[in-house]
Amino acid sequence: MNAMGVRWTADQVLALAPDDASRRAGSKLGTAGPWSGTGRGEGAVWGRCKGSGRVPYRTVVDTTGPAYLCECPSRKFPCKHALGLLLLQASDGAAIEEAAAPDWAGQWLTARRGHAESAVRKSGGGAAGGPADPEAARRRAERRAARITSGAEELEQRLADLLRGGLAAAEQPGYGLWEETAARMVDAQAPGLAGRVRELGAIPGSGPGWPVRLLEECALTHLLDRAWLGVDRLPAPFATTVRTRIGLTAPAEGVPVRDHWLVLAQYDAADARLTTRRIWLHGTTSGRTALLLSFGAAGRAPRLALPVGAVLDGELTPHAGSGRLRAEPGEQFVPVEGPAAPPPGGPVGAALDAYGRALREDPWLDSWPVTLSAVVPARAEYGWQLADADGREALPLTPAAQSRPGLWRLVALSGGAPVTVFGECGHRGFTPLAAWSPETPGETVPLI
Amino acid sequence: METDTTIPTAGAVLAEDGFWEELVTSALLGTDRRAPAGLAVAPGGDLPGALLDAAALHTVRRRAGLRPGPAVTPPERAPEDPRGPLPGAARRRLDQLLAGRAAPSPAGRRGAAPDLAELLPQWLALANELGYKAPAAALPALLDAARARTDLRPQALQLAGPRGLWLARLNPEWRFALRGAGAGGSLPDPGDREAVRALWDEGLFAERVALLAAVRTRDPAAGLALLASTWTTERAEDRLMFLDSLRAGLSGADEEFLEAALGDRSRNVRATAAELLSALPSSALAGRMAGRAVTCVGLDRTAESPTIIVEAPHECDTGMQRDGLAATPPAGRGERSWWLGQLVEAAPLSCWPRRFGGRDPEEIVALPVADDWQGELHAAWCRAAVRQRDAAWSRALLGSPATPPATGPGTSSLAERAQLLSTLPQEERALWVASFIAAHGMSEAFQLLGVCEVPWAEPLGGAVIDALDIAREAGSYPWSFSGVMGLAERCLAPEAARQLESLTARPDEAEDVSPGAGGYWSEAFQRLVSTLRLREAMRAELTEPAL
Repeated sequence: MNAMGVRWTADQVLALAPDDASRRAGSKLGTAGPWSGTGRGEGAVWGRCKGSGRVPYRTVVDTTGPAYLCECPSRKFPCKHALGLLLLQASDGAAIEEAAAPDWAGQWLTARRGHAESAVRKSGGGAAGGPADPEAARRRAERRAARITSGAEELEQRLADLLRGGLAAAEQPGYGLWEETAARMVDAQAPGLAGRVRELGAIPGSGPGWPVRLLEECALTHLLDRAWLGVDRLPAPFATTVRTRIGLTAPAEGVPVRDHWLVLAQYDAADARLTTRRIWLHGTTSGRTALLLSFGAAGRAPRLALPVGAVLDGELTPHAGSGRLRAEPGEQFVPVEGPAAPPPGGPVGAALDAYGRALREDPWLDSWPVTLSAVVPARAEYGWQLADADGREALPLTPAAQSRPGLWRLVALSGGAPVTVFGECGHRGFTPLAAWSPETPGETVPLI
Repeated sequence: METDTTIPTAGAVLAEDGFWEELVTSALLGTDRRAPAGLAVAPGGDLPGALLDAAALHTVRRRAGLRPGPAVTPPERAPEDPRGPLPGAARRRLDQLLAGRAAPSPAGRRGAAPDLAELLPQWLALANELGYKAPAAALPALLDAARARTDLRPQALQLAGPRGLWLARLNPEWRFALRGAGAGGSLPDPGDREAVRALWDEGLFAERVALLAAVRTRDPAAGLALLASTWTTERAEDRLMFLDSLRAGLSGADEEFLEAALGDRSRNVRATAAELLSALPSSALAGRMAGRAVTCVGLDRTAESPTIIVEAPHECDTGMQRDGLAATPPAGRGERSWWLGQLVEAAPLSCWPRRFGGRDPEEIVALPVADDWQGELHAAWCRAAVRQRDAAWSRALLGSPATPPATGPGTSSLAERAQLLSTLPQEERALWVASFIAAHGMSEAFQLLGVCEVPWAEPLGGAVIDALDIAREAGSYPWSFSGVMGLAERCLAPEAARQLESLTARPDEAEDVSPGAGGYWSEAFQRLVSTLRLREAMRAELTEPAL
């Protein structure tokens, strides 16, 4: 199968950009002007880009990864040179000719692919990848579990104190519980609990009804504490979910799924410490929905980037726990030609049902990925909603989704007529992430 | 079940669930102050723990049981747009241009990459010319672009079409699109008398201006009739704007109306009416002006060689004022020369050959003028040639492009020369400007280039490239020519890229030129070449046959 020759479209390339600034900078380099020594072959593109310095930067992109190498000092990933090179290839098929890779590009490609293959062999070999000293690892895990347990007990104590004194106190200025408690949970090596505590801190005074929201989230945090303290008595799959929620990520050990994956959405959420990138994929044969997570230290874009709307041939290995959505991508992800029809979907009622069912396995889920097959965006008194085409039932959009520019792309795409929308459906409402119009069903319109 | 239907917004609470209310109240006040009624605490358990247990159960149950809310009436559907969709590559290009719009090049050095924002107007014009519609998903970015740049609005709104207007109605930020919706198709068909009448009688000012312009374009007489029907009841500012609409399709049929408007209460309306009438060489006003002008300007036959003598008017009587002459000069100008200038400007140019013994415009312009009146007289002729769109006089007043601007006939002002040029046919304009650049270089050509048709016809393109090359060799910096460079990026024919290719090389630094200039020039030419290539690609993408 020679799918490596498939060129990415400019849209897909721009979707790889870590931020708007790189998108613009990359666009400027997407012309023949600054480039020399360009070539392509065997799923890779390379070239020299004239920058402000005297010596041009050498840039190479392995589109089967995708993976990037560039000599520039940029901390963005992919950098503007890699984007420009891909854009040049996307905008003008004749601009980059088939050639043999020069040494500097070839060496990296060979090393990269060699690594990929050995990784495949390793995971196929079964026994490989285990820790060197199982006994030491077990002792480390026990020590960590003990620290988490003491953290969970401490958090229980603090929640009980809060409830005794009343939530009203949490709105007082200078109420220092959250940050300090979050730091204690970090010390206890329970990042899941730390994150939860920080989110609790953002609720007081966050608009009408905040005490109700705070009580709900305190109760769910309490539920997680209790679940951890009794995790040995829980059924195995649920115990895995609890460990994942606490912050002990289960390794990706499921059965790998090979499929043609449609990239539905890619978006980043950043806090002061970490940028988290979420990529939603839909398996066009298996019908599976998968979530890829990629992380970058503060201010740096995560390494994994996939073009929205592309169909990629590759293997995903699911993680256990939390509805088994999260997966790890294999080393090779090759773009393939072919129509990218939207995932099959249903009415808004079915979307809420799916969320409800998912809560049985993971009560801490805020939302669940669903596709609404024929909905019309409409403005109600409280804000925008997505209504079934028959005009009976509707889901409200989340407050965050209402203030994004993607809302207007969705409204424009619909023009008052039904469209297919993929997004996250949860107790706060629906967050639209991608949409398809019946006139152009092969075109995925990103909404975020 | 009807009662189970609730809107799943954050914190929404099933109204009938009194127990939950009880839990919330206790949690808010603190369990030490108020224990929730009906909460069972297991033996050995604590009250806060029991409250949280119950709240967790309730929260998960509520989330799992969420039901959709009622749908509101959906928005009216956007009208069908029969135009064809953009070819795939062109549509991606549009996204790229719109994304690049937000990033204007940093001031100063511009680098070697094309300025995408400057190419958007051209792209939009071509797409509209070819009759495409905008992709629905690109409409928000297109409307945002039009909101930020008024020069883009007409073309952007045309491409956005009926769905763009439909969308603009939903978002107050795009309200601009609904004002003066000239291109938007919300105007009635100019032939639909009833609809036109209704909008003319009831429409907003902007709608009425657009309507009058549309009707006038299609049927000048109908436009005039429409305006005449309500003329006496319009406000003065509105009368001025409406009168200006008559500029399109102006003909002798408008004379009677305009003549009446000379008696208008508003001075600005009177002046505009007079200006329009003077652009009609056969009008009675033009005749009256010609009569006055020829008594002031004539040939002195007593001189050795024929010379023009000027006797400026001694008064500005009520008749002259009624015909649009302003009696009071601006500060610093003499009354009599001020009156003369206005008289000559408003007099039909056709009266002069008769006055000067059958000489043609060129010969008249070449005649010496006595007593330093030449500047005043020629300037007035220039204004008259522009107003009356008279190519023969413009040609005479422009003179030979090789003559240095300061010593030529007519005017030395480049802005006025550009206006004169605009009355000439396109090819002649390009030829004139090309010769001008060849003779005087680039430094004064900017405004003249602005009136030439895009893409620049040969020999204009070649002349510009040669002049840039000469400037480079002379060792100046490219940013001294950034205006012309920018114009060249937008206006040169894409084929010129081949000619320019050789100039993009970085030359060895000579000793007598400005340091680093060679590198900057090579960069500037690179940008020029890549912009031209990009324009060629843009055109090819838009004109490629749809699959």
